[in-house]
Amino acid sequence: MAGAGGGGNDVQWCFSQVKGAIDDDVAEADIISTVEFNHSGELLATGDKGGRVVIFQQELESKNQPQCRGEYNVYSTFQSHEPEFDYLKSLEIEEKINKIRWLPQKNAAQFLLSTNDKTIKLWKISERDKRPEGYNLKEEDGRYRDPTTVTTLRVPVFQPMDLMVEASPRRVFANAHTYHINSISVNSDCETYLSADDLRINLWNLEITDRSFNIVDIKPANMEELTEVITAAEFHPNQCNTFVYSSSKGTIRLCDMRASALCDQHSKLFEEPEDPSNRSFFSEIISSISDVKFSHSGRYMMTRDYLSVKIWDLNMESRPVETYQVHEYLRSKLCSLYENDCIFDKFECCWNGNDSVVMTGSYNNFFRMFDRGYRQDVTLEASRESSKPRSVLKPRKVCTGGKRKKDEISVDSLDFNKKILHTAWHPQDNIIAVATTNNLYIFQDKL
Amino acid sequence: MINTMECAVDAQSLISISLRKIHNSRTQRGGIKLHKNLLVSYVLRNARQVYMNEKYAEIYRMQQYEEVMTVCNEIQELNPLDLAEDCEEQRGDCCGNGGVSEPASLCCALLPVSQLVAVQSAHMQTPSACSAPLSLQSDEVCKETEPSFYQSCCAEAYPVSNCEFSPVNNLHCNKTTVLDLDTHVVTTVENGYLHQDCCASLQQCCQGAQYSGKKRKVDFEYYISDIEEVPDFTPCKRAKFEDCSYANSEHLDTSNISNLISIFGSGFSGLVSRQADFEQALALNGQFCSKQALASLGAWTRAIVAF
Repeated sequence: MAGAGGGGNDVQWCFSQVKGAIDDDVAEADIISTVEFNHSGELLATGDKGGRVVIFQQELESKNQPQCRGEYNVYSTFQSHEPEFDYLKSLEIEEKINKIRWLPQKNAAQFLLSTNDKTIKLWKISERDKRPEGYNLKEEDGRYRDPTTVTTLRVPVFQPMDLMVEASPRRVFANAHTYHINSISVNSDCETYLSADDLRINLWNLEITDRSFNIVDIKPANMEELTEVITAAEFHPNQCNTFVYSSSKGTIRLCDMRASALCDQHSKLFEEPEDPSNRSFFSEIISSISDVKFSHSGRYMMTRDYLSVKIWDLNMESRPVETYQVHEYLRSKLCSLYENDCIFDKFECCWNGNDSVVMTGSYNNFFRMFDRGYRQDVTLEASRESSKPRSVLKPRKVCTGGKRKKDEISVDSLDFNKKILHTAWHPQDNIIAVATTNNLYIFQDKL
Repeated sequence: MINTMECAVDAQSLISISLRKIHNSRTQRGGIKLHKNLLVSYVLRNARQVYMNEKYAEIYRMQQYEEVMTVCNEIQELNPLDLAEDCEEQRGDCCGNGGVSEPASLCCALLPVSQLVAVQSAHMQTPSACSAPLSLQSDEVCKETEPSFYQSCCAEAYPVSNCEFSPVNNLHCNKTTVLDLDTHVVTTVENGYLHQDCCASLQQCCQGAQYSGKKRKVDFEYYISDIEEVPDFTPCKRAKFEDCSYANSEHLDTSNISNLISIFGSGFSGLVSRQADFEQALALNGQFCSKQALASLGAWTRAIVAF
């Protein structure tokens, strides 16, 4: 099964493509807010702050160049969400796409869920490459014919046409969340999915839009007693009754929906005691979990907090089995990062196809890969400068102190406006999608 | 304990930065972000705790100085004849045994010994009223013991000053050195001016953040009653340090966050409306520390020193 390696010497990452505007002046609407491969890896979806969804499709491998994987080209673009206004609360609801999740494919059409802060939508993406021609009562341009002029009858036939990809909203799941939705996750039963906001998690049926079940509610009776919020949630990849949700306090709770209708009582609580020597003004902020992802096997889960990535074994709640420091050199810069709001950035993380390598983003358009087996890690950069086709990415290094070596970059030189929050890994191959502010980079391993 | 040396931005700046973030969140598109504001409130709480600890330590140091000054003033006011009997009794402690390691100080005998341990030093000065009739005896006391024998906790011998043993200058040379067991602060009061002779190795103990004086009771009422600059100040009555800082920290956390959350619910107008109150009610009561509140607290401590 492809996908092994990634952080060691056995895999070299090459630039493949970059999508998006070249301008340095970034329009806010073009800022990418989510990236997701579908289950086969053929389709790659991105969402942006402007509420748009762009889907890329991988070309079939060329017969002339069997060793070269197909490129990703634009397949469909549609406006998923529009800005709305809550008149009751006098609040504007952003159209920013927070998450996209693909449904497993059941027929020729593709389905995905996209969500902003308040509303989830189920989109059907289908292809049309034929159209019926030869209607008796309609002209070719669609105008109706006068029935009195019809003298003969004919059977309409399908004629080939240029491929057209249509995206149509099939379901709209609205008015179920008081707070901002941060996660959606499709269940392995392919019938239900969950949506999570800051304080509640709801369970939906994909067919039913006018009701949902509330399965987690951590809102205190007195809001003055609020101490933590939900930051991410995900269904187990194999067990349809199990899901996890992470909190701003750095804890992860695993819940079993068979235990009770309301899963406020967790089945397992994953928490690592804080190191008292690292206590600071910002301890609570950097311990807040920004993303949680199950491994494909379902045996492990990965969490991302501000400075590290942790791998948890579901059978051990007391501490993670592996911890990887993403950018520990930022620990002494937390004051500055707090002032410029960077400390609130929510980095995501992802597994490779066989769960041997994990990846997450950092600043200065750096992203990091950690090979769990070889205990190696590598820092790479997504930049236009290293965007020559099939050019091998050179590992980058941040100088944390002392004399800066050649090709190293000092901590003070890092550009904190260039951040990689969203990354995705192809489910089978060594193809990764890395989102900078407004560009999508696609890298492949060197074949 | 928060490592306050971690960043250059002091607690006060963090508080103002945090309040500004909360204010700005009100106008951000998409509404108030609950998660972010909750995290900001934690920073606010942490910064407030550090700031409070520092202030408490400063107040405690000032209080010590005040107590020392008070005792010395009382000693000065005492009738010399009354003190003669006391001095007779203490003589044995001073010079009865040559092997006495630390001769007791007449001055220190009058200090509240429950909390303080008087350390003799070459600067140790009997009250002028007391020493006058005993000048000869005190000279004998001092002759019998080596000057270097009088040492502070810093293990550095104070240079012997002539003025201490001059009856003429007794009225002017007024020095008392005390060691506080809790904070390891050696305080020398000389002519009404406070000197703190702390060893470098003990400097950290003097930092307010490390205060562990759980036995110490701070009676803020004593000070507030004589200060009119903050008429609306509501002190922690008979508050122990642990009540104000550590033991009830969770309660204060809840009350602090609860104040914050209630303000979120009521909008920034809630914060603005409370600022006028905050200028009066200082952080000691678990209220917000705005810049104005902090400035007024500084004025209050300055008043203590002047007093």
